[in-house]
Amino acid sequence: MPLLFELTGIRFAYPGRPPVLNGLNLRLDEGERIALTGPNGAGKSTLLHIMVGLLRPQAGTVVAFGAPRRNEREFHEVRRRAGLVFQDPDDQLFCPTVAEDIAFGPLNLGRSTAEVLEIVDRTLARLDLSHLRDRVTHKLSGGEKRLVSLATVLAMEPDVLLLDEPGNGLDEKTRGRLVRILSELPHALVVISHDASFRRAVTSHQYRLHDGRIGPSATHVGGGAVEP
Amino acid sequence: MHIVDALSDRAGHGSIRMLDPRLRIMAAALFALVVVSLSGLATLFTAVGLALSVMLAARLPAGPTLRRMAAMDGFMLLILVLLPFTVPGTPIVEWGGFTASAEGLVKAVEILLKANAVVLVLLALVGSLDAVTLGHALARLRMPANLVQLLFFTVRYIGVIGEEYARLRTAMRARGFRPANTLHTYRSIGYLVGMLLVHSLERSERILAAMRCRGFQGRFHLLDDFAYGRADALFAGLTAVACTGLLMMDLTYAAAV
Repeated sequence: MPLLFELTGIRFAYPGRPPVLNGLNLRLDEGERIALTGPNGAGKSTLLHIMVGLLRPQAGTVVAFGAPRRNEREFHEVRRRAGLVFQDPDDQLFCPTVAEDIAFGPLNLGRSTAEVLEIVDRTLARLDLSHLRDRVTHKLSGGEKRLVSLATVLAMEPDVLLLDEPGNGLDEKTRGRLVRILSELPHALVVISHDASFRRAVTSHQYRLHDGRIGPSATHVGGGAVEP
Repeated sequence: MHIVDALSDRAGHGSIRMLDPRLRIMAAALFALVVVSLSGLATLFTAVGLALSVMLAARLPAGPTLRRMAAMDGFMLLILVLLPFTVPGTPIVEWGGFTASAEGLVKAVEILLKANAVVLVLLALVGSLDAVTLGHALARLRMPANLVQLLFFTVRYIGVIGEEYARLRTAMRARGFRPANTLHTYRSIGYLVGMLLVHSLERSERILAAMRCRGFQGRFHLLDDFAYGRADALFAGLTAVACTGLLMMDLTYAAAV
């Protein structure tokens, strides 16, 4: 199976603080679905940001989609192929309407308006959100915002989804809907989640981030694991 | 695109609500320009009459709309009261060594009529647009893209920042904070405002990061499909007739005087 991500010896510290990541290694194969756990401040979000080049490690290498990635230009392709969904949908949804927010990514990739409108409709239909198409983003409910922010990333047609606490603050019903959606998606996944049942439902392995490194992999035993 | 916004269309759907937003903005701007250039009282009363009929056509609720107007008039009250005493001319009232002039009174009434006519039309034509549609229309009218984006970001995030403020405020109250005229109060409010600024700055960084993840390279794209229709042509014609009518009436009136 082709390797999507290979991070080796990553060290990262925020200015004036001890390193949060120190000698971290991570491999992600195509179609692999992993969960990241660990205490608050263990560097889980930091790791996702390093994977798409929003943060640069002080040491170590990031190899993504078969090429080493070191500078902003090299990360442009990574960001298209690895869709990061932020923890707070209010950070992600900034366009006036849902359709425009979903169109934002594909338009940045230089697609034509006609193509983009088709992508918007297809993505909304895929997540069963077509009724939200022309709504104003800041007037959506918390659950709707979360699903729409997933849609804005899926519209870029990424190979990998990086989800930062996607189940956070969702009610039972919306959470169930998100689990169903994620289980049906064919993408490789890296999910940060503090919710054990959520992790079991959408991923097949979990790694624990501790002392700046990734601990041994634990495969979920038994039910719930979804094969991509 | 018909932008669905349950809150902005609270006042019913008059025929004016169906007009193209770009046309509504241009018509209001043209009307405002014409009205401020008028000078005769008779023409100004006609302009106010026109504005009132536009308000009715837009089915704005009369009560709240007129209350808004009164609030604006309140701001101008001081100037309006002082004008008759400061403009020299034929005295009409004398009071404690101050004289009010007829010319000053006429000026005050003129200003009052102009302001009310312009604000009424703005409320009816532009005020009934929701902010998002307004932004789209301004963008299509070739307003600078950066200004339009500023409008969008403001509309988008003012509520988010407002909620953050409310949360912090509630948390303060939960710990027994009661504002008073004390140093402690001012310091705490200072911390609150400072914290809001810090949160907003951090949020703006996260938003930019999220935008970069989706390939943002400095260009914004808007999707809309505004199109002028037959009703728009009719309304544009009516506006042109009304504005020309007002100007001509004003000219004949001025010639007669």
